[in-house]
Amino acid sequence: MLAKRIIPCLDVTDGRVVKGVNFVELKDAGDPVEIARQYNEAGADELTFLDITASSDNRDLILHIIEAVASEVFIPLTVGGGVRAVADVQRLLNAGADKVSINTSAVVNPQLVQEAADRYGSQCIVVAIDAKRAGEGWEVFTHGGRKATGLDAVEWAEKMAALGAGELLLTSMDRDGTKSGFDLGLTRAISDAVSIPIIASGGVGNLQHLVDGVREGHADAVLAASIFHFGEYTVDAAKRYMKQHGIEVRL
Amino acid sequence: MAADIAVIDYGMGNLRSVSKAIEHVAPSMSVVVTSDPVAIAAAGRVVFPGQGAARDCMREIDARGLRTVIVEAATSKPFLGICMGMQVLFEHSEEGDTPCLGIFPGQVLRFPDDAMHDDAGNRLKVPHMGWNNVHHAMPHPLWRGIEEGERFYFVHSYFTQPTNPDLIAGFAHYPFPFTCAVAADNVFAVQFHPEKSQNAGLTLLGNFATWNPQGETAACDMTGAACA
Repeated sequence: MLAKRIIPCLDVTDGRVVKGVNFVELKDAGDPVEIARQYNEAGADELTFLDITASSDNRDLILHIIEAVASEVFIPLTVGGGVRAVADVQRLLNAGADKVSINTSAVVNPQLVQEAADRYGSQCIVVAIDAKRAGEGWEVFTHGGRKATGLDAVEWAEKMAALGAGELLLTSMDRDGTKSGFDLGLTRAISDAVSIPIIASGGVGNLQHLVDGVREGHADAVLAASIFHFGEYTVDAAKRYMKQHGIEVRL
Repeated sequence: MAADIAVIDYGMGNLRSVSKAIEHVAPSMSVVVTSDPVAIAAAGRVVFPGQGAARDCMREIDARGLRTVIVEAATSKPFLGICMGMQVLFEHSEEGDTPCLGIFPGQVLRFPDDAMHDDAGNRLKVPHMGWNNVHHAMPHPLWRGIEEGERFYFVHSYFTQPTNPDLIAGFAHYPFPFTCAVAADNVFAVQFHPEKSQNAGLTLLGNFATWNPQGETAACDMTGAACA
């Protein structure tokens, strides 16, 4: 049976891993290659790198990191952040990424999703959606959560799936950094609306939150950063907890 | 000098991870990623990976003049197909109604929408993406050291349906059993990604790097006439 995936996320800026708390305060949690190696040994099902480097000068640092990780870590690697053109997708895939995550640029230019999926296949195109509660529904935000788009998150997810996204990485801006659990309503609304897999993100504070994301949020994969980076829980402990609660995992 | 292993490059997907994984498990062997038919023909072993759409794959194979050398390699030397490199070995893919290489009789079909739910009624997503259990349908040198039911990483929306069930080397469930590995003579082909399947995948690639199809009597006993 297909296992639900646990995906540690490494926020990288200027070649170092950091974790945003509500995307504002940053803490340094170390060397990306060393962290990737440790997560691989700990049983992570995939790894996601989000490049939050602000200056274009240091953008290529992520390519060297991906090259180094891909030479010794043989699980799927997703890279996002600053992907603006098909050429960016190409560079990341060539460096060893298996999937490329597109966020702000998908809103600015939805055709990019279609072009990239047509060219490299849906399997390697992830669309990242940052959403915030707005009345009865959820609104899509871009630019690291700073800019409202007026787009309804569920409709946007359906459109991205139709354009060829192979997977959606869904982050609740309300929950990110709060450790109060995923926005389960948001996760379930989007997971039930599309046929492609959903990665739930934003708000994980304990292992029950991961179980809830799958059970109640209908997520196909769960992404977390700080609970793993700072050693609160290991990936293995997370999987064993999920298994105890009847969720299929890879042990 | 001819390479020990050629990874066929026809512009479809991330070949770096395939070659890196092989170099990792077979550090003494030379690995080239190439679209040169001469280099492929000269190599001792051939890996045929691939991602993307079937029609694009077939078009790129023909645009690079690789069809003949792929078919020849598949009939003459240790040959490992991965993902799309497994699917296009068959006659035809439903994806884009695409005629394929026809090395094996059979079809490539899409996971049918009406079947995609588990016993509890939960919807199953397509693509089939993630780690699933791989069951062995025959003993084979490439399964050596890999436990029955071990998980491998998959990402695909189409699966192969061989006409001849004797080809089936492995299967997985999603939600019905589908063929995820085939074997015949010098060919082994898998739907999953060994290069992304951590230790189990590296074991399979290591087995391929040392596989001697002619010398494997145990395998011949299982595949019968195919080894005669």
